[in-house]
Amino acid sequence: MIKTDILIIGAGPTGLFTVFEAGLLKLKCHLIDALPQPGGQCSEIYPKKPIYDIPAYPEILAGELTEKLLEQSKQFEPGFTLGERAETIEKQTDGTFLVTTNKGTQHCAPVVAIAGGLGSFEPRKPLLDNISNFEDKGVAYMIKDPEVYRDKRVVIAGGGDSALDWSIFLSDVAKEVTLIHRRTEFRGALDSVEKVQELKDKGLINLITPAEVTGLFGANHLEAIEVTKADEVPQRIETDAFIPLFGLSPKLGPIANWGLEIEKNAIKVNNALDYQTNIPGIFAIGDVNTYPGKLKLILCGFHEATLMCQAAYKIINPGKRLILKYTTVTGVDGFDGSRKEAPKSVVKSID
Amino acid sequence: MSSSDIHIKITDRLGKAHTVEAPTDMALNLMEIVRMYELAPEGTIGVCGGMAMCASCQCYIQSTHELPEKSDDEEAMLSEALHVQPNSRLGCQIQILPELEGLEIKLAPEE
Repeated sequence: MIKTDILIIGAGPTGLFTVFEAGLLKLKCHLIDALPQPGGQCSEIYPKKPIYDIPAYPEILAGELTEKLLEQSKQFEPGFTLGERAETIEKQTDGTFLVTTNKGTQHCAPVVAIAGGLGSFEPRKPLLDNISNFEDKGVAYMIKDPEVYRDKRVVIAGGGDSALDWSIFLSDVAKEVTLIHRRTEFRGALDSVEKVQELKDKGLINLITPAEVTGLFGANHLEAIEVTKADEVPQRIETDAFIPLFGLSPKLGPIANWGLEIEKNAIKVNNALDYQTNIPGIFAIGDVNTYPGKLKLILCGFHEATLMCQAAYKIINPGKRLILKYTTVTGVDGFDGSRKEAPKSVVKSID
Repeated sequence: MSSSDIHIKITDRLGKAHTVEAPTDMALNLMEIVRMYELAPEGTIGVCGGMAMCASCQCYIQSTHELPEKSDDEEAMLSEALHVQPNSRLGCQIQILPELEGLEIKLAPEE
């Protein structure tokens, strides 16, 4: 059981900055994110895109912003549960919340801050009627353990980096790799595209383009797929596995069932005060919340996180008074024993 | 209506047609017009913010207007999207310009 002061759901920019603001108030944070790395959309979708409206940064790449936020909050030693999706929440008799992930990891905290952005990123599934019958029976949307495919026949579909990279990797592991894409052009790192070309020429990857998987067959486990090229008769390919890699799309997911008031696919909060939801002790900050006049901007998420931490302090330290302190005046004391402070000025007389 | 507005007919995901006025002088794109008039629920359109990195603003062009060619990013995204038709475009990549007067589009189903 992981115990913390503020349990943050979502490790995007808003969640990461919460760690810093909470740290100034001596509150510890732990973050849960469905993605395997922190940064949310900034690291998953557009790490190489510039952002121009972060105060004091005329231009910063989304990936760089993530790194800077991690660095800024490092001394407050946040905990991370990555690659797991927050699934259920339970209020316990002592007033704290128990949040359990899809993998069964349990977290306990008096305050929960949902900074979930657009939701958790789920793989996009191709539109094939019977695909759900074969999930975990030959069909997978992500590759967790490539060894599963050793000496098997594998069909991969998709045209991005992950389709290319896994085709390359599996060409060495699997008995047979077929890569199917709707276009002849692939979007990926130049190295990967060239490598696939080379493996295709050597006959180590069977490339079918422009084509689409149009059918799945098998009694219980997947046995074959049907692939259709434009203006051609569909052909059947026997295979042990079909791995469509069509990227990720965000879904609000299980938090939609937590009893929170939802409006326009976002969580309604009290913006007059502290961004608390209809459940006391659960806050929603950043792109995941909504209130009159809401703007989905990173900089607004930072503001919301700061005010939320003040309210969290009062819940965690009932009756204690809190006074605003400036980091320039008081410095920053990390939980790791580090201290940052302004250099002292010299007082010396001049004759 | 301002003289710089054009008319666009947008059929929403439920099949209802709306004719809306779209300003040409505000650097807007088609996805933003759909959001401006709330013709698709928030969170189901323009998810990536307009970077051609999701297909939530996919639409079918139903009139014969000549549109700017697809960028590589748009082509790539549409090659991985669902429900793609030969007349599919990403709304976020289509700027609202005077020559689009009378444009007719239909929103693609939500993925």
